[in-house]
Amino acid sequence: MRALFVAVLMRDMRLAARRRIESLLPLVFFVVAVSLFPLGVGPEPQTLRLIAPGVVWVCALLASMLSVNSLYATDHADGSLEQMLLAPHHPVVIASAKALSHWLITGLPLMITAPVIGLLFDLSSATLATLVVGLLLGTPILSLLGGLGAALTLGLRSGGMLLILIVLPLATPALIFGAGAAATVETGLSASGHLSLLGALLIATAVGAPWATAAALRISTE
Amino acid sequence: MSLTFFTFSSPPQFYRLTGYLVPLCWAAFAVLSAIGLYMGFFVAPTDATQGDVYRVIFIHVPAAWMSMLLYLVMAFWAAIGWAFNARLASMVARAAAPTGALFTFLALWTGALWGKPTWGTWWVWDARLTSELILLFLYLGFMALVEAIDDTRRADQAGALLAIVGAVNVPIIYFSVKWWNTLHQGASVSPTMAPKMASTMLTAMMLMSLAFWAYAFAMVFMRTRALILERERGAHWINELKD
Repeated sequence: MRALFVAVLMRDMRLAARRRIESLLPLVFFVVAVSLFPLGVGPEPQTLRLIAPGVVWVCALLASMLSVNSLYATDHADGSLEQMLLAPHHPVVIASAKALSHWLITGLPLMITAPVIGLLFDLSSATLATLVVGLLLGTPILSLLGGLGAALTLGLRSGGMLLILIVLPLATPALIFGAGAAATVETGLSASGHLSLLGALLIATAVGAPWATAAALRISTE
Repeated sequence: MSLTFFTFSSPPQFYRLTGYLVPLCWAAFAVLSAIGLYMGFFVAPTDATQGDVYRVIFIHVPAAWMSMLLYLVMAFWAAIGWAFNARLASMVARAAAPTGALFTFLALWTGALWGKPTWGTWWVWDARLTSELILLFLYLGFMALVEAIDDTRRADQAGALLAIVGAVNVPIIYFSVKWWNTLHQGASVSPTMAPKMASTMLTAMMLMSLAFWAYAFAMVFMRTRALILERERGAHWINELKD
């Protein structure tokens, strides 16, 4: 079981390493999308500080959702996904490995870039730290939920748009607590409540989402 | 013919039964809504603080109830259809979704109409309003997903999975939105009603709720009948219906 998990994970990492520009696209999207907000809202530091956590979070959410489609799509197109599902283990192993690889390829770079983005918005170091911790807890949730959406919309014509419509309502709690954590620090309060709830959400999603994704994979490849 | 628990899970039996029930449901809807609206608009007293504006409650609250109830109904039948491979249950789940979405939209729309004169704004990011909006998105997601999948079986199962995940998430979404608002800033206006209502108001609201139930039954039955005709079009008994 662990061998399968590691094999799927390593395969995805290797594929990502060989398509470097493609793997970096979500990150580039994130940076470009975040940079558009000051242009649209106006350069007043006061306003920017206020909206920064929400902007970073919404853009991270969209970057995750736009990239998660390819998580299963290419494997489904060339038939390797069906071969993986024939392995003598529950598909939940594949679902978990895929979610982890998506997080390593997309979520982790977003998290590392977020402090630099935060500087553009004139955030204090305490707020930046909370934003990063929030992203550390929150982006895995996005990868897990995105995996479910990708498995449900496997091989559909309008898969990308549909996935976003399906997953965004489910991701609202993560968005609320993730962006809320940084916003409370900005107002001088402790973010521990928000971060604890975000952690609880992560645990619940990590326990539930891979099973739902596995069931969706079975439905979609039947 | 013996009548068991599963008699009406057979599409031909269900089709025949609902053929009788649909006109009855429409009649019940017409009568109940006529009485309910009359009581709501003419019998119930004018509210001391809000004046006559509050009368939108007789549409707004029953619509909001139905929007939440129908999501659970939809998720329940979708789950039954998936777990037991019951075709009819999946069809009922699909038939319930547009009606649920309509009630959600109606609740939001009437809420906005109520909010403008009483709160001075069409919309506040209040916990209830926000979660109702997200419920509408959940309905739209379900409908879009089942429509996008051509294979009926896969569409039903994928829709069931999504509906169940949504039903599990609805309380989480509701409480996160609620805490978001309370942690963020106190709501300046709250849609909670005065605890005591005149009994005529309550009666009118109950009548309207029953009327909406009848409407939901009629619409879900009609849509299920259409789905049966579409999906079972090769069946022998449908060809007999033509004669």
